[in-house]
Amino acid sequence: MARKITYQQAVNEALAQEMARDETVIVMGEDVAGGSGADGEMDAWGGPLGITKGLYSQFGDRVMDTPITESAFIGAAVGAATAGLRPVAELMFVDFMGVCFDQMFNQAAKFRYMFGGKAETPVVVRTMYGAGLRAAAQHSQCLYSIFTHIPGLKVVTPSTPYDAKGLLIQSIRDNDPVIFFEHKTLYTLEGDVPEEAYTIPFGEANVTREGSDVTIVTLGRMVHVAHEAADALSSDGISCEVVDLRTTSPMDTDTIIESVENTGRLVVLDESHPRCSIASDVSALVSQEAFDSLKAPIRMVTAPHVPVPFADNLEDLYIPDAAQLQQAVRTVMGKD
Amino acid sequence: MQLSKDDLLRAYRIMKTVREFEERLHVEFATGEIPGFVHLYAGEEASAAGFCMHLDGRDKIASNHRGHGHSIAKGCDVHAMMAEIYGRETGLCAGKGGSMHIADLSMGMMGANGIVGGGPPLACGAALAAKKLGTGGVALAFFGDGASNQGTVMESLNLATVWNLPCIFVVENNGYAEATSSKYSVSCDDAADRAGAFNMPGVVVDGHDFFAIHEAGGEAVRRAREDSAPTLIEVKTNRYYGHFEGDAQTYRGKDEVKNLRANRDCLDLFRARVTSADLVEDAELDAIDGEAGDLIEDAVIKAKAASRPAASELLTDVYISY
Repeated sequence: MARKITYQQAVNEALAQEMARDETVIVMGEDVAGGSGADGEMDAWGGPLGITKGLYSQFGDRVMDTPITESAFIGAAVGAATAGLRPVAELMFVDFMGVCFDQMFNQAAKFRYMFGGKAETPVVVRTMYGAGLRAAAQHSQCLYSIFTHIPGLKVVTPSTPYDAKGLLIQSIRDNDPVIFFEHKTLYTLEGDVPEEAYTIPFGEANVTREGSDVTIVTLGRMVHVAHEAADALSSDGISCEVVDLRTTSPMDTDTIIESVENTGRLVVLDESHPRCSIASDVSALVSQEAFDSLKAPIRMVTAPHVPVPFADNLEDLYIPDAAQLQQAVRTVMGKD
Repeated sequence: MQLSKDDLLRAYRIMKTVREFEERLHVEFATGEIPGFVHLYAGEEASAAGFCMHLDGRDKIASNHRGHGHSIAKGCDVHAMMAEIYGRETGLCAGKGGSMHIADLSMGMMGANGIVGGGPPLACGAALAAKKLGTGGVALAFFGDGASNQGTVMESLNLATVWNLPCIFVVENNGYAEATSSKYSVSCDDAADRAGAFNMPGVVVDGHDFFAIHEAGGEAVRRAREDSAPTLIEVKTNRYYGHFEGDAQTYRGKDEVKNLRANRDCLDLFRARVTSADLVEDAELDAIDGEAGDLIEDAVIKAKAASRPAASELLTDVYISY
């Protein structure tokens, strides 16, 4: 039975349902309950934005506040995953990967391969990403392309409440390490979400809008920007197909290529920086695998190659928007 | 802590097997047949044996780049270890890990580690899992004096106390972080001094004395198992070889290793103590010497004869599901 809930509620519900289903699922992170050791109430925060609020009251000490020591607790989540638990660790902002990346890319990502196929590390790192909250350079980055680069990690970027719930449940049940990206501006987005638990498989992109002239490959928050632009372009008679990657590792290359073979044109929309990015990766893929189908050069619409600025006018300029995307689409259509 | 005769023979067998393993690798590495980096544990055997003899199938260890001794002491198969170091398909990690990544999770050996300070957070996680799952198990992290300065280690010591984890942290201070003396790189006299800042016992033991290590290890394991509380132990030890094989060790004093071998060797000290107390006969230890030598000889012969991994193995086992 579906009803409208927010992206934030969808994440919370996925965690609660999986914790109820499987006692080995635990949640840890900075202030994921909040109030540990203090005189006031326990479960005071549920994370800085209240995403995990209420889990402590339901699951007690399976919801663990941590010191602000990401290496230790992300590493502990990884170690616990090799020893029988299914930890869901919260890395408050993905920007903080700088102080714990080793435990993700040298430890968790490598165990299965370098131990000869015998390790299982079912850990999930949930993390908040993206620009738009005036949080400036160290709390606004995307960084999913860095994780996507690493064999052994799976990378998930849900764009809707429905996808957030289904992909998070899949992440928790998956036996490989998963980095789960939650866009901070999407938390209040509402959408239809079934009450019951369900999974969305990894590596299956979602064609969220069908079209015949241009393929727009995108992910996360930018899916909504793509729809805004596609709506505007349709009134000019330009038909856009929007492909939401859902997961960047594994990546659904078949759906991308099939769409470009149908439309003959590709624009990649990515909130992150342009170099060594999801945008450049998808562009390279299509250049190699579907070059003969292309009627125009590929365009990438990305943030510029600069840190995320603080001033509101500058941050608004930084984030790719529907107007830039429309311009790129018109360019590949030869109508600029 | 009272040790039975069987315990004494077992301790000696572990230490001698490690010694033979490492001395043989030193010889074989020089022939050029072993690929990559190899870091030898010879000289430090009492530490691995003294701690791991307290551990059982419930317990897990996280190791470091100098991990052969820990692996053998935790029960990893010696033939499979040797084959792994040769990069063979019969290796413990199917030839895909090598010396620096030897692991056998089924034996509670969570892995050697190529990252200095990489193991302690993982040990915290294993200890947390044991606590949450109620297995009664403990976790033990072996790391060096170099790693003792890493932030991951400080963070893990803190977390272990904050979460009351059944975890033991063992600093094997062999005097050198690569080529830099711990007298230079460690800010306090003993790395174990830092335990007080994390509200746990800090213990210093003589790394050449199996019995001292075994006693300190026993108390730390008891404290972890019964009280779910962590301990930091610093083992003052020495390595007989370089940081890695091929290290000319020009940073070491003249005759340093020669004197250590002559006067402070953990196997010699063990033998002298148990035979002078009439607990074990020299002949019994000699027999173990022979068996350990035969075991390693056989392991080397079989490793050399084994095949390298099939080319198709390049692409397998990155993920469980794709």
